[in-house]
Amino acid sequence: MAATHLLIYALRRILQAIPLIFVIIIINFFLIHSAPGDPLDVLTGNMETTEEYIEQLRSEFGLDRPLIEQLGLYLFKAVQFDLGYSLRYRQDVIDLILSRLPPTLLLMGTALVLSSGLGILLGVAAARRPYSFGDNAMTFVALASYSMPVFWLGQILLLVFALHLAWFPVQGMYSLRAPNQGFGRLMDLLHHLVLPAATYSVYHLTLIFRLTRVKMQETMTLDYITTARAKGVSERRVAWRHALPNTMMPVVTVIGLNFGFMLAGSVLTETVFAWPGTGRLLYEAIMARDYPVLLGLFTVLSIMVIAANVITDVIYALLDPRVVYK
Amino acid sequence: MTQVANAETAGTRGPGAWTIFRRNRLSTLGFAILVLLLVLSVVGPWLSTYSPTDTTAGNPLESPNLAHLMGTDELGRDLLSRVLVGIRVSLIVGVIAAAVATLLGITVGSVAGFFTGRVDDVLMRVTEIFQVIPRFFLAVVLVAFFGANLINIILAISLLSWPELARIVRAEFLSLRSRQFVDAARVAGASTLFLIFVEILPNALMPVVVNATLQVGQAMLLEAGLSYLGLGDPSQISLGLMLHQAQQIMRTAWWSTLFPGLFLALAVLAINLVGDGLNDVFSPRSRER
Repeated sequence: MAATHLLIYALRRILQAIPLIFVIIIINFFLIHSAPGDPLDVLTGNMETTEEYIEQLRSEFGLDRPLIEQLGLYLFKAVQFDLGYSLRYRQDVIDLILSRLPPTLLLMGTALVLSSGLGILLGVAAARRPYSFGDNAMTFVALASYSMPVFWLGQILLLVFALHLAWFPVQGMYSLRAPNQGFGRLMDLLHHLVLPAATYSVYHLTLIFRLTRVKMQETMTLDYITTARAKGVSERRVAWRHALPNTMMPVVTVIGLNFGFMLAGSVLTETVFAWPGTGRLLYEAIMARDYPVLLGLFTVLSIMVIAANVITDVIYALLDPRVVYK
Repeated sequence: MTQVANAETAGTRGPGAWTIFRRNRLSTLGFAILVLLLVLSVVGPWLSTYSPTDTTAGNPLESPNLAHLMGTDELGRDLLSRVLVGIRVSLIVGVIAAAVATLLGITVGSVAGFFTGRVDDVLMRVTEIFQVIPRFFLAVVLVAFFGANLINIILAISLLSWPELARIVRAEFLSLRSRQFVDAARVAGASTLFLIFVEILPNALMPVVVNATLQVGQAMLLEAGLSYLGLGDPSQISLGLMLHQAQQIMRTAWWSTLFPGLFLALAVLAINLVGDGLNDVFSPRSRER
């Protein structure tokens, strides 16, 4: 019974998300046509090309037909995951982006696990002794790291730990001389992952820490906590077993709803360390004014964010019995 | 009931705003840093002995020394004088973008919250769409397509920063619009515009001020992010643009990235601290102490 309700809710949320994806694609179309210059400049990504290719583009996108027909054609292509072709990379944009997605997901996933774990741990610790020296110090450090540009933090870590101390490699995902398979290759990958993941974790950690701390403080004043204390439950157990589970819900929600913000952080971090993911691709596309790749990335990254929102809502409904599916 | 309670506390007047603000020591520190940076950014160009674009200011890539406190870049330009201009540009971008976003947010939020019904539904749908689209990437494509100049950057940032405030203002309006003092003004024949701007908006101003303050810092970070990816206005020396240029030379010249970033972080931190302090001033709890 409840399972069907949940399924219906999930389907409803997915259906609600589809118009949003169309909005993204329409924004793309609008950009191609309203940017200064000819739509063809945009579609070729400012690359020198042949007259045949121009003609092919003209008929493919129906550029001599009314605008509304062009929009229809564009939407039709997008629905089939046709995001255009990059002359610079000589590859379909969708294939190019999908090939760059795993490094980004690896970096984000690692950092997310690290920062959430540590952030919740520190948040609970700070909330147990509010306004103590430790709490104030952690709050200030969190605010400070929240105020610095994530890529600058990356640059500084790179200067100190890769260039000055030479503990870690400066850039990339693998060394040239690394073994190309097995355990050695994995260790090489992890060695390269440390600095970008640390940069990105520090940044994200502050968000989780601040949120956990505030929510924990709120929860600790509730009646059921007082009851638990009155029963003689130890303070440690009250915090970790009674208060924390109820704090987790809003924390999970915020992680999900901040996915877009996190993706932006990942893009900037990748640029600092030349990590070969979608962020690095975005940087290269901006530098080369490769518009098809730029629009393709915007589409794919936006769809990822929309999907993260839907998944968060469904997880929330799954975890909280009070949510009414309507 | 709450009206009466408010009137009573207003009568006995708790501590003044400045007193409450100063109770938060970190916010006071933030305020001091902010004032210092503002003064530096205004008088800075007269203080420094070099022009920020002068390539004969020193030798290329001098490390920090007495003549060049922050060193020089690869063209021999003095970094201290560039940082001073950079603070000004970054602050200007942050303040204008936050101001435009705040105006947009107030307009959308108050119209939605005042008229409710269909108008509210439509405006909130639009707000939701803007909230879900990842704003950094939309800013990237907007600036990449329409050209990297200061006006486009400011517009792109403010176009993407208003939804949060619109929701806050709407919520305030929903709770205020049916209060007795609004009804009294309506019965007295006040126009819709008068009701929105003179009767209701002043009562909803506190969260607006706090949000606008924090937006300035966020806008500065967004500008820095865009500039770092090569979408800064090349004719305006912002701190973000300096960090972008530093990426090429930082391996030999650590000072080229350390100082611009440090001052950007300091400015944003100061703004966030001031925002926290304002939050204290406006929260009813701190009046009771």
